[in-house]
Amino acid sequence: MMKLAALVPLFPLVGFILNGLFGKKMSKGLSGTIASVAMLLSFGISLAVFLELQTAENKATVINLFSWISSDTLQVPFEFLIDPLSSVFLLIITGIGFLIHIYSLGYMKHDDAFARFFAYLNLFVFFMLLLVMGNNYLILFMGWEGVGLCSYLLIGFWFKNNAYNDAAKKAFIINRIGDLGFLLGIFLIFTTYGSTTFGDIFPNAGMASPAVVTTIALLLFFGATGKSAQIPLFTWLPDAMAGPTPVSALIHAATMVTAGVYMIVRSNIFYSMSETASAVVAIVGLATALIAALIGLFQNDIKKILAYSTVSQLGLMFLGLGAGAFSSSVFHVTTHAFFKALLFLAAGSVIHAMGGEQDIRKMGGLKGKIKITFITMLIGTIAISGIPPLSGFFSKDEIMAHVFEYNGLLWFFAMIVSALTAFYMFRLIFLTFYGKFRGTSEQEHHLHESPPTMTIPLVVLAALAIFGGLLGLPEFWGMSNWMAENLDTIIMHHHETRLSHQTEWILMGLAVVSALIIILIAYNVYRKKGLVPVEKEQQLKDWQRPIFHKFYVDEIYDFLVRRPVDFLSESFYKVLDLQVVSLLVDGIGNSVKTFGSYIRLIQNGNVSTYIVGMVMSIICILLFIFLI
Amino acid sequence: MLTLLLLGIPLLAALILLVAKGSNLKNLALSFSLVEFVVSVYAWFLYRQEPSSSVLSFDAEWIKSIGAHFDVSINALSLLMILLTNFLIPLIILSSYRKGYALSNKFYGFILLMQMALVGVFMANDGFLFYVFWEVALIPIYFICLLWGSEGTARVTLKFFIYTFLGSLFMLVGLLYLYNHTGVDGTKSWNVNELYLAGKSMNVKEQSAVFWSVFVAFAIKMPIVPFHTWQPDTYVTAPTQGTMLLSGIMLKMASFGLLKWLIPAVPLGLEVWGHTALMLCVIGIIYTSIIAIGQKDYKRFIAYASVAHVAVIAAGALSLNQQGIQGSIMLMLAHGVNAVGLFFVVEILIRYAGTSEIPKLGGIRNLNSNFGMHFFIIMLGVVAIPLTNGFIGEFLSLNGLYQYSPVMAGFAGLSIIFGAVYMLRTYQHIMLGEVKDTTLRMGTLEASEKITLAIISLAVLAMGVYPAPLNEIAETAANEILMHIK
Repeated sequence: MMKLAALVPLFPLVGFILNGLFGKKMSKGLSGTIASVAMLLSFGISLAVFLELQTAENKATVINLFSWISSDTLQVPFEFLIDPLSSVFLLIITGIGFLIHIYSLGYMKHDDAFARFFAYLNLFVFFMLLLVMGNNYLILFMGWEGVGLCSYLLIGFWFKNNAYNDAAKKAFIINRIGDLGFLLGIFLIFTTYGSTTFGDIFPNAGMASPAVVTTIALLLFFGATGKSAQIPLFTWLPDAMAGPTPVSALIHAATMVTAGVYMIVRSNIFYSMSETASAVVAIVGLATALIAALIGLFQNDIKKILAYSTVSQLGLMFLGLGAGAFSSSVFHVTTHAFFKALLFLAAGSVIHAMGGEQDIRKMGGLKGKIKITFITMLIGTIAISGIPPLSGFFSKDEIMAHVFEYNGLLWFFAMIVSALTAFYMFRLIFLTFYGKFRGTSEQEHHLHESPPTMTIPLVVLAALAIFGGLLGLPEFWGMSNWMAENLDTIIMHHHETRLSHQTEWILMGLAVVSALIIILIAYNVYRKKGLVPVEKEQQLKDWQRPIFHKFYVDEIYDFLVRRPVDFLSESFYKVLDLQVVSLLVDGIGNSVKTFGSYIRLIQNGNVSTYIVGMVMSIICILLFIFLI
Repeated sequence: MLTLLLLGIPLLAALILLVAKGSNLKNLALSFSLVEFVVSVYAWFLYRQEPSSSVLSFDAEWIKSIGAHFDVSINALSLLMILLTNFLIPLIILSSYRKGYALSNKFYGFILLMQMALVGVFMANDGFLFYVFWEVALIPIYFICLLWGSEGTARVTLKFFIYTFLGSLFMLVGLLYLYNHTGVDGTKSWNVNELYLAGKSMNVKEQSAVFWSVFVAFAIKMPIVPFHTWQPDTYVTAPTQGTMLLSGIMLKMASFGLLKWLIPAVPLGLEVWGHTALMLCVIGIIYTSIIAIGQKDYKRFIAYASVAHVAVIAAGALSLNQQGIQGSIMLMLAHGVNAVGLFFVVEILIRYAGTSEIPKLGGIRNLNSNFGMHFFIIMLGVVAIPLTNGFIGEFLSLNGLYQYSPVMAGFAGLSIIFGAVYMLRTYQHIMLGEVKDTTLRMGTLEASEKITLAIISLAVLAMGVYPAPLNEIAETAANEILMHIK
């Protein structure tokens, strides 16, 4: 049965090939069905594999397909690993992937490139599955690059629009910067351990010197900052919202951007061994979470708010990883996948209803018009804000407890992030669904609830967002934490929290109370006073301006990287290549010419003289090199 | 005897075509090149059964007075290079089907003559024979560029010719020097193994001198910065098929030469100067990648991008370890296929849009998504995405370089970022966005164009998904080269 797991990525691959090659000739119904059925089959097998793994004695099955790269001691088989970690990700990817496919049937119904969309979506799922199923770093990297490619294709899906194309290109290039770090990490792993296969590396991790382990951990983490949009490589994710909304939900919220978390959990041994690397992960994660949450406060595009929220939540997960809370972070990946996919899909439904409008300042009062969307989105918002008993509460609380134990100051800032999250999310809810409608009368006339293909996934995800917390109930409640137990075998160094129950209760209480207060404040500002964000920059206060401009990060990168490279490109070409190097070459040519006019005197037409001369000169040159 | 057949088929075809007047024999040219391809696949088959089979080698005394032999054979490295050459030549011929060159019989004749010379270069086990084939290969490409090139081609081609000819002389001097040290018992030999022994018997200074004189020859041909300035001009003015021959196959003569004729012969010279040569490669990777980012003309752009990739090939080879050398061999194969693909794209662009200036193009994907897809797949190969042909070579080369020097690998690795920058930028400008006036005529492609593109795309993917059949030969080849060093 376990071996059947090899079929999981096969179905989406077949779906991609069918839709990619014959999509144009197929009806929309057929191509949508092929793609969705492929996902359903993958989900079915993933579920079966997952259930079997729960009772299986052997928690890790390796499925060998063929030898991919062989180079002396470097052996890279095309191999899958089915273990508790990958099986959780399989369920998330295929399960949520399936729901988003269904949703897309409705969302993309009027798009001409319907089949192409589903082909890309299937291809993405294929690569995402490779990423989590690979039994070595190279298959992981293969999936890693593949999902980046699909992300590029889907962000720039509407390729007539060059702004979208630019966003796609930006995403790909920034990810590539991270990939270089990842690649160097793989090289170092291979030179250190002589293998890239997980099973060969982790048991021997201790054989390397601490400096090497730290370097490996940092290089891998640098790779993760690209894919998971962390400082310094986070700027692509908000721009990536140019893609169709289901793409934002699947790739840029639920799955691909959590690949960095997956990779670090997979490599957890290196981080357990290096306090430096862990501290870097924790601090970078927290800083990202904080900055993104601050920027989120001033965004007015419904998708951009969610994008910054995703960056921020990913930051929290990395903070958790740095604090050693590996299973808690996977738990948060899971619940986040539920509620963030839900929020994005609901946002898509709002945009659908508004005829493409994404600015929440031009919405308002939608709750009566699109009831299902409203209720489900509210559920998602409550979940992400950490209100019990919804799923986000449990996973966030687990991370926070670990962070508190790790470092009180980090915990304090993380609490601020949570508070900010609750604020901008409820700001979104109040501005979108409450108050008066602020759009055009034409839009108001067209307001409608989305078709069942879109609302059913919303309802299912809402249920998951509510009950997802059951996967990891707090141990200090006397419950069993399934997630922690499940991942037990893949976490190399266990880190049990030593907080007293009393402390844990207090922490939990503080989190809930502060969230509730913040929501009240948001209610007061945006509901009671009915404040609508200002249109123009001039009306902002001084301290707000840098946040409004996203801390000028894009501008700084533009100034520090893009322009110098363009300048170098121009000057290397025009000055060095066309002038200096060519001048040298031409100079040699000219001097030969001048020289030749003297030499002409000894040209007597005797070929043998020439050959002697030629060989003599070459010998002179050689002697010259030879003697110095 | 199979080796002679591999030389004889293209030679016979070349003679027929060069003698025939007019332009009516393109099918004949294609058929001969296909037969040649089939024979080389058969050679592959035989090699898999029995690598040291006597059918795969031929040796006869040639010029007795200097001890030169007509000694040709197929081993792991030459097999791969021959497969690459003979796979690409039919594609190059097919890619010109719609072009209708004047005097095309002569044109194809030169291509096939070139094929003979290239196959000879890759099979020669005799230093003198190698040199002869090397020079013979220069003649047809000179005429192809000169007679069928665009405006300004005479000046550019002369520059190219002088440049590479000068390089060849350096190589000849190096080989002569080695030759003079062969045969302790008085009988001089050009045999490759004798030359290795001669090289190893020399002291550091002598080895260094030989290293530089031969390396410069290869550095010009590959080319490596700062010996590269002939290339962009030549690529722009040469006819597309000439450029394909140059970048797809002919440049591999140099990286092949590096692996077969230089690295095993002068280990001490490499020990002293290998580092400097590697520095040149790494500087070249960054320098040309950055230049490629700003190029406006598609052909010039590929020229610079190609210099960057070739420098990765050389860097892998000079890392002198299994992964580096194997990677450089795999990257040679990938680069050959991708270069032909990239230049075929420009051929199509010029035919339909009348220009290769990137800013003037745009929106082609709206009009012909099939063409867009093929271009995209080739681009993925160039960017070295896993599951395309570029990945394995680039990964292994950089991995090898990392073992040599992590810092150098870090700098060379910048090419994966720059590569994405310039390829995506170019692809976007040409294919995406709104249709422009210049690109309006971009209709459906003809059958020969579709077939050529489809074969290239399939090769890009097949070599990436299942590289093992080629990779295991490259593994053997790298192993054989390393055995000579250790």
